[in-house]
Amino acid sequence: MTEDGTALLYDTTEYPQLVFDRGAHLDAVNISAWFGTTKVLERVNLSMPPGVVTALIGPSGCGKSTFLRILNRMHELVPSAKLAGEVRLNGSDIYDPSKRITETRRRIGMVFQKPNPFPTLSIGDNVVEGLKLNGTKVTRSDRADLIERSLSRAGLWLEVKDRLDTPGASLSGGQQQRLCIARSLAVSPDVLLMDEPCSALDPASTRRIEQTILELKDEVTIVIVTHNMQQAARVSQQCAFFLAETGTPGGIVEAGSTSEIFQTPRDPRTADYVNGRFG
Amino acid sequence: MSISSPLRHSASGRSAASLPGEVADAPRVLVKRSLDDRLTLAGAVVGSLALVWLLYERVLPFSGAVGFTFCWYFAFVGFFTGLTAMAHPRPIVIDRLAQAVIAGAAAAVGFALLATVFFTFARGWRPLTELSFYTKDMTGVAPTDPVSKGGVLHAIVGSGIELGIAVVVALPLGIGTAVYMSEVGGRFARVVRTVVEAMTALPDLLAGLFVYTTLLVGLGLQRSGLAAAIALSITMLPIIARSAELALRVVPGGLREAGVALGSTRWRTVWRIVLPTAAPGLATALILAFARAAGETAPVLIVSGASSFLNLNPVSNPMNSLPLFIYDGFRSGQPRYIERGFGAACLLLMIVLLVFIVLRLLARGRVGKSR
Amino acid sequence: MTAGAVADQRRAELPRRIKTTLHPTDRIFHAVSRVIGAMVLVLTGAIGLFLALQMLPVLHHYGFKFFTMQDWNPEQNVVGVAAAIVGTIEVALIALALAFPLALMTALFITEYTPPQLRSTLVALVDLMAAVPSIVYGLWGFYLLQPQGTHVARWLAEYFSFIPIFKVDTDAHAALWQQTRFTASAFITGLTVAMMVTPLACAVMRGVFAQAPPGEREAALALGGTRWGVIRSVVLPFGRGAIIGGTMLGLGRALGETIAVLMVLSQIYKINLRPLQVGGLTVSSLIANRFGEATALQLKALLAAGFVLFVMTLAVNTIAGVIVTRSRSGSATEI
Repeated sequence: MTEDGTALLYDTTEYPQLVFDRGAHLDAVNISAWFGTTKVLERVNLSMPPGVVTALIGPSGCGKSTFLRILNRMHELVPSAKLAGEVRLNGSDIYDPSKRITETRRRIGMVFQKPNPFPTLSIGDNVVEGLKLNGTKVTRSDRADLIERSLSRAGLWLEVKDRLDTPGASLSGGQQQRLCIARSLAVSPDVLLMDEPCSALDPASTRRIEQTILELKDEVTIVIVTHNMQQAARVSQQCAFFLAETGTPGGIVEAGSTSEIFQTPRDPRTADYVNGRFG
Repeated sequence: MSISSPLRHSASGRSAASLPGEVADAPRVLVKRSLDDRLTLAGAVVGSLALVWLLYERVLPFSGAVGFTFCWYFAFVGFFTGLTAMAHPRPIVIDRLAQAVIAGAAAAVGFALLATVFFTFARGWRPLTELSFYTKDMTGVAPTDPVSKGGVLHAIVGSGIELGIAVVVALPLGIGTAVYMSEVGGRFARVVRTVVEAMTALPDLLAGLFVYTTLLVGLGLQRSGLAAAIALSITMLPIIARSAELALRVVPGGLREAGVALGSTRWRTVWRIVLPTAAPGLATALILAFARAAGETAPVLIVSGASSFLNLNPVSNPMNSLPLFIYDGFRSGQPRYIERGFGAACLLLMIVLLVFIVLRLLARGRVGKSR
Repeated sequence: MTAGAVADQRRAELPRRIKTTLHPTDRIFHAVSRVIGAMVLVLTGAIGLFLALQMLPVLHHYGFKFFTMQDWNPEQNVVGVAAAIVGTIEVALIALALAFPLALMTALFITEYTPPQLRSTLVALVDLMAAVPSIVYGLWGFYLLQPQGTHVARWLAEYFSFIPIFKVDTDAHAALWQQTRFTASAFITGLTVAMMVTPLACAVMRGVFAQAPPGEREAALALGGTRWGVIRSVVLPFGRGAIIGGTMLGLGRALGETIAVLMVLSQIYKINLRPLQVGGLTVSSLIANRFGEATALQLKALLAAGFVLFVMTLAVNTIAGVIVTRSRSGSATEI
């Protein structure tokens, strides 16, 4: 690791240690995005510091998920997608041509709305598959250790520790999502992006995952997109309210600490949203 | 903790970027392949070429253009992997290696296809330029006569007649069976489906042999176009039945329910709603079966003779067809016959190509209509 | 409550018996289509039965030696399909050995490495390749592939003759090597047949690869995987059924191929386990060459050989169908 926290050369760690170093500082600077000629995001600036869960709230269709996907370079997978601005991980722009995409995506992980464990793999194999995809070698002894720690951090270890060899797809929805969280954690990311991770789950699983998020926040920087305002209030310390009026690109109306946004919002539109008058 | 600037909207609702003093933001160009990558690729290509060139005839024990290409490719892959490994970690190296190998295999397949087409046209273009090729048959043409004498009219007509009869027999039976399996159903229909699926595995030669044994030997009929047409329809029938059933199954059940809910009989629903909706799929099935039957050589080889005269009567006398004409020319060993054979092969290729263009236009038209 | 009301209540809890009568038009419709189905069943099934029935008189006359004899010498009453069956499998395996990797990699290339705009064109090209008649490939195999192929065969014989199947009974090291010993071999025939099999297998595999769930693809990418990582973790496991099914479908086609074999392979009535060497035999080429001068009994023998071939292709196709429908991608695939 160099001084500014970025790894200039690929760190071929032979023995991944699941060391979380307080997470990293993620900054979005003047982010604009297009799909073809339609502009969908306008000049978004947001700072997401470590040790803090940042929630992106707002009605559907205002670009929250697009913004999230820009943060780990998934946005450009769509052929007509374009963007402007910079995303800085500990100060250096991840879109710089000298940065390797695969390394960026390893450091900024993502959990999706619909749980997607690899169905042909067992629970244990699912957890370490990310390492295989990264080319990191794991020894037998380290593998078991890594699986246990990742699943513990994701809050799933006690429920599956006796059936690590059963297929990943045989778990319930909430368990599958926690498995995906464990899988993302196993590659030791600095940031974890979560795109409405609980929207497909029942309330009990949702509670469990929110608990996991709060347990993880000091080790990984977490950014979560959520439709559920109460969830944002429970889980985050910092909120950004996104809005897109019809026909205009989306952007951040107001951002600040969660208590400010919910109790003393400055913009009338924020007040309307958090009080349930629309959205 | 920083606070982002609130979204600004000017009075007329225009976006913030158009305020004076602001530079409108423009999309970034994301470079997928850096200069380093391009140089690696170029370097690997040139380096491997140079190495193989130097070593080829002298040191390496191969010869010929084919060997050279292989050696160059393997050397290229080796160089490329090595160069990538110097600057990138293992997953990237494996990814690049996989890309080089997969692209190479696809290129080989593409090259083979192109070689086939070009080769056929290179050997067969000359007969295609003679008008007599299309208007005359081979009556009275000696083996050493130039290509300008004689033609494949009898083969074209023969193919047309045989295919026409085969379609007239196989199409209604095939679609009828498909309708039975899809719309009526039942236990017996399942038996029919199993047998029909099994028969799609029948090699076309055996269909011809069956017709030969039963009709020609058993009933003492002569070799004729009709016998060939029957053999062709036996080959086409299971394929049409299965593809047609698939086309019918794709029609949403909701449409059938809508028809019945309006008080229609099942038959009317099938005739007026299901069949027209499935029509593009049925057309595709027919056209594909037709294209395949046009090139069938094995069954016609056995039951229809390769005549040299134009014969419009399918019931008596041998009837030639395009594939049979080609095979006959090939077997004869006479260069002129072979050349005419290549010309006929070009015709076959053009028929297949035409069929595909028609299919693509149909498919595109369908997409346009459904919007 | 009156008895009638109680009875009514009880009736309300039990399901009613309803009779559905077909409209007269539909009765005719059902009857006619059943007849058509039966006709097709009889027609197609008759062929299978007919072929099967030939086995009885043939076995009666020639005995079980029919399966073990290699010669086809009707005058001396010695007739056996051993050489033909072995040769058929030999040619088919050679074709598969080349077609399987090519088809797999071409399918991956189309779904993973091609930009979306070009994809439909490439798919159409592969389908076009599958539609080219075998006789055209036969011409190509004989006139274009064979001269080049003999060089490759000679190279293999020269350097790998310690492996028995690569041996050829001529001196491959000689400066003036006998090219004729390498022509018209099972190897060249297999290469030609591979051309027909590759697009078939490729189309099946490609169709399934394209349906690999995008959610899993994104998950692999989001973990920092490369394109190959996505292929290895998501596409290939998902498409396992199609890979096997497509290959078996190609195998079925290779077993039944007639014309290319007739044009390229030189017929000898012996088992030839040296594919690089000239000469071989397949069931279809045996039938095609011998049906003309066959007596009634020999014709039956040819039909019996055809039945054996049909059983092989039927078995292969059925297994392919089962594997594909049972696999994860099964419901979406049609072969």
